[in-house]
Amino acid sequence: MIELVIPAIISCTLAFFIVFFITPPLIKILAKKNYTVKDMNKKENVMIVRPGGPSIILGIVVSELVLYGFFQLNEILAIIITTTAAFLIGYVDDRKVMGGWFKPVTLAIAALPIILLGAYDSDLAFPLFGDVQIPLLYLGLIIFMIPITGNTINSIDVLNGVSSGFMVIASFTLSICLFILQNYEIAILSLPLGFVSLAFYKYHKIPSKIFPGDSGALTFGAMYGVIAIVGGVEIIAAIALLPAVINSFLFLSSVKRVVEHRQIKGKPVEHTDDFKLKATNDKTAPVTLVRLILSGGPLSEKQVGFVIFKLTIFSGILAIITAFLMGVSI
Amino acid sequence: MKSGLYGFLFAMWLLIIIGGGIVVTLLGPISISGYGESNWFIGSIIKGIIAIILVIIWILILSKLKNWIFKKELKI
Repeated sequence: MIELVIPAIISCTLAFFIVFFITPPLIKILAKKNYTVKDMNKKENVMIVRPGGPSIILGIVVSELVLYGFFQLNEILAIIITTTAAFLIGYVDDRKVMGGWFKPVTLAIAALPIILLGAYDSDLAFPLFGDVQIPLLYLGLIIFMIPITGNTINSIDVLNGVSSGFMVIASFTLSICLFILQNYEIAILSLPLGFVSLAFYKYHKIPSKIFPGDSGALTFGAMYGVIAIVGGVEIIAAIALLPAVINSFLFLSSVKRVVEHRQIKGKPVEHTDDFKLKATNDKTAPVTLVRLILSGGPLSEKQVGFVIFKLTIFSGILAIITAFLMGVSI
Repeated sequence: MKSGLYGFLFAMWLLIIIGGGIVVTLLGPISISGYGESNWFIGSIIKGIIAIILVIIWILILSKLKNWIFKKELKI
């Protein structure tokens, strides 16, 4: 255990400070190139640069490469390759508007290195009831997991600071669960995700100076998915991600097809005169987590963000309880 | 509303725990014999089909639960 402390400290420090120091110059470069989008939830015509994915992936790759110097695990290679592929997929989508099929299909392909490197265990562990061996089915689970986690995080990236703040809570929860399960090496590998998210949150929180874009959100989601697989904590990871899962579930069950957000005509949320967020009565608009939160009445963008964070903390507590239940069998 | 969301989260968690129990109980003991080297493959296919059916049932229950918990809010 003690031999893991130094690599953990070095990788976490690098993960945090690379993003912390690289993001401001990235903001300047993106502003100079006029890579900006309008912040739809601001009264004034505020333009925000995007994507922040390049600083996020740099923090992740450097910290994981340092860890590889210490451990030489295939799991680290799987994290680096799949997460980098997800970043590239997101970056293509940031630069060029792609069809609804693009991200799910390419993210499924991005999951292949996990299988090729053999960085998984095909036993699926459940709390209280133990493991079940599903060798063939598990390969399908890997292929589906990366597109699901990637798109789930991407779909919650709707307000200032929400996706990065959400990722801070969910990824540290996952790390805590891995420590509880005494899976120390994977726990150490997972820590950079939390620190990268935390450093990026400084610039992404309200009022945002930069948006992560698809490249940032898919990087967050894909790395989270890979950690869940290589750590054998798929169920716990899904529980920690529940608020975002609810968002995707509500969206899909209301529009009843896989579709890009930009293709949806109806608006789930509008603004009041004082620019608070308010749920619309539009029957054609999808039901989303934000729309449900706002059904109780208008709230500011910051208030909605905090409600989502509180829900994430609640699901994080459920995930930690689940990690303890993994050690109990009935 | 917010309590409804917490309730829905908790219900999803319970469904995952119970669903896990059903998966382990149903899929765990499945073992095929008599097909030589194909035993593993056929067993996996059967487990896959049962798992997909269970996931569909899980989604249907969740959908009913969503409509019940958010019946007022979903009229928006």
